[in-house]
Amino acid sequence: MYVADSRADADPSAGSTGSTTGTTRSTPARVSAVVAPTVFALGAVSLITDVSSEMVTAVLPLYLVTGLGLSPLGFGLLDGIYNGFSALVRLAGGHLADRGGGRHKWIAGIGYGISAACKPLLLLAHTLTPIGLILAADRTGKGLRTAPRDALISLSSTPENRGRAFGVHRAMDTAGALLGPLVAFLILRATVDGYDAVFTVSFCVAVVGVLVLVLFVPDGRGSRPGGRGSDTGTRERTAVEPPPPPPRPTLRAAFALLARRDLRRITVCALLLGLATVSDSFVYLLLQRRLGVPDRWFALLPLGTAAAFLLLAVPLGRLADRVGRWRVFLAGHGALLTAYALLLTSWHGTALPYAVLLLHGAFYAATDGVLMAAASDSVPEQLRSSGLALVQTGQAAARFVCSLGFGAAWTLWGDRTALMASAVALAVCAAFASTLRPGRPVVEPAP
Amino acid sequence: MTLRNRVLVLVAAVAALAVVAVASILHASARAERRNETQPGGPRITAGRVTLLAPGTMVFRNMAWGPHRDELTTVPAATPSGPRTASGLKCLRFYASSGTGVCLQAVHGTVTDTYRALILDAHLKETARYDVPGIPSRARVSPTGHFAAWTAFVGGDSYAGTNFSTRAAIVDTRTGKLIPTLESFRILKDGHAYRSADVNFWGVTFAADDRTFYATLATKGSTYLVRGDLRARTVTTLHTNVECPSLSPDGTRIAYKKRVKGLPKDAPWHLYVLDLHTMRETSLAEPRSVDDQAVWRDDHTIVYAMPGDYGADLYSVPADGTGRARRISGAAVSPAFLK
Repeated sequence: MYVADSRADADPSAGSTGSTTGTTRSTPARVSAVVAPTVFALGAVSLITDVSSEMVTAVLPLYLVTGLGLSPLGFGLLDGIYNGFSALVRLAGGHLADRGGGRHKWIAGIGYGISAACKPLLLLAHTLTPIGLILAADRTGKGLRTAPRDALISLSSTPENRGRAFGVHRAMDTAGALLGPLVAFLILRATVDGYDAVFTVSFCVAVVGVLVLVLFVPDGRGSRPGGRGSDTGTRERTAVEPPPPPPRPTLRAAFALLARRDLRRITVCALLLGLATVSDSFVYLLLQRRLGVPDRWFALLPLGTAAAFLLLAVPLGRLADRVGRWRVFLAGHGALLTAYALLLTSWHGTALPYAVLLLHGAFYAATDGVLMAAASDSVPEQLRSSGLALVQTGQAAARFVCSLGFGAAWTLWGDRTALMASAVALAVCAAFASTLRPGRPVVEPAP
Repeated sequence: MTLRNRVLVLVAAVAALAVVAVASILHASARAERRNETQPGGPRITAGRVTLLAPGTMVFRNMAWGPHRDELTTVPAATPSGPRTASGLKCLRFYASSGTGVCLQAVHGTVTDTYRALILDAHLKETARYDVPGIPSRARVSPTGHFAAWTAFVGGDSYAGTNFSTRAAIVDTRTGKLIPTLESFRILKDGHAYRSADVNFWGVTFAADDRTFYATLATKGSTYLVRGDLRARTVTTLHTNVECPSLSPDGTRIAYKKRVKGLPKDAPWHLYVLDLHTMRETSLAEPRSVDDQAVWRDDHTIVYAMPGDYGADLYSVPADGTGRARRISGAAVSPAFLK
């Protein structure tokens, strides 16, 4: 599984094996040309798992209404409560993964396993309550695995090419999310009421994802024999950081991470910017209302965002490695701000929806993996999962608060004013975040 | 484990899982053949001419297995379980009145299904078609045949999406002018103008004056019966906890499903009739939870669908709370009684 990313690789000598990564660390251009095999393995796991889960997501409304004859309204009522629970699960996942010297792989594996186990259960559930419980379990699995998986990505890449590694992973992840609905609808097309087939195939695909993880992802412990060059690089790097005794991965240590200036600033910025990030469904609703996107295209709007995310994740990840992650992260919010501005204009060109979706996808490409790459630089290896979980949870909580606030503002003042307020808030938060400027410049030569 | 062994384990597992996956797809596609065979003991169905101008007949979607599955079908309203005449036109949801029909259909694309609404003349000839933004749920035509309405579920798009909303549209069948969503109407709630991003409408039912309609409005976790005005483009709340209203032929009462405390979350509704003058609610004699927009066979009888062996069966119950529910026809849904 020594897969080198040779597509955009100008220097053939850097694209041979992972072991070159460590030795050529001092020349950033070469290092960043190689993405560790573990990242590709994790990307494959995410791609396969997303195919599986998006298959189910895509047919679920149809299944509930036409397959089971249920009325799905009011089904989202528990979402608010579940969001809170999900945040706790994510923190727990991060903490558990850090204990015992880094069990990232196994906690992530349990998360993927829970989600896989949920798929055949859907065949047995025919009423809303059990289906709701199964979906909750599925999302618990997702919450559990996210932080350890991102920790594994960061641990198997060097600080110099981390943005790119996350970009590769996010691109593969998104590709899976785009393929899933396609597979599901092809199965429905080939069968009659083939929801059982969709769930069965989804289960089989999910099991393959878990197997790829178990077989091809190293467990990310520091004591792994014959460590990959990329990890050696990371360890050398952390060895020169100020606190010499490595912090023990306790819960207290996880929260004490916030005492570190860099991580605290990153978390605060992610939180502030999250508070001004209008949720996807509102963006699509605004697109439809303000730009008059026809109803039949409505369901395709998320695909536009995903396609842009897929195409831009790797280039923007590389850019982040070169010009600094923080800069790209802020630029991503600039893209979002531009999208808001386009939604606020009274110009109604046919290209406008495409431009908004492109900017929305660019926002994700410039922020999702890039934030994790930026945060990884400020979290010691022993607490990587906990630290990433902390940042993710802060961001998710802020976005949830934002969607509540945005809904209320929409009710009170209408969509235009609500969006205007969000745009102003986003501009203020971005301006503040740019003054904080956490993290050092990334590509400065190693000391 | 060496790399070679790991690859071998993966290949073997993928092969085994592929067998399971292919078997499940084959099993599900064989269903098509089973469903095209007429079920033993099912209703007798023959192809024939169906019009929407035959008083005393019931038009509905036939769900019995066989060659006419999902087609619009008629039976005499007096013998609803008798032999059926199938039209050849397939609909998911249907309604008709005064020689105008509305048929909500799935259009099977190469990748995904889309949905549309057909406006039909008395001979089931399409006179107009409109895109429907999600899975069709309710359909109605005004007593005059001049307006048609439909509701669709618009699905969530988040991970394991559980957020659904509804979109209710009304079209003037004479001019073709479409109101894509009732959300564009001004809402008067408890005497005040009301605005909220979470407003949903569903289950439109029309009065005979070509101006008034009733529907369900949902916001902040509550549902309301609203009276709509097509000319003023307003809706006014009248009563709480009303879903899928259906106006009686004499225009005095609303049959609806009410969310009742103590019932399970996925089957929470009981059938009621609301008197629009006294605002008195009458509980109907159907003991089970009903999830349908009922129809009035006449001023005294309610007809509605319940889940059945072949999708759905039709039941009737007196509108005054007396008597008991009776099954009138199997494997049928979306009935319309022609007058």
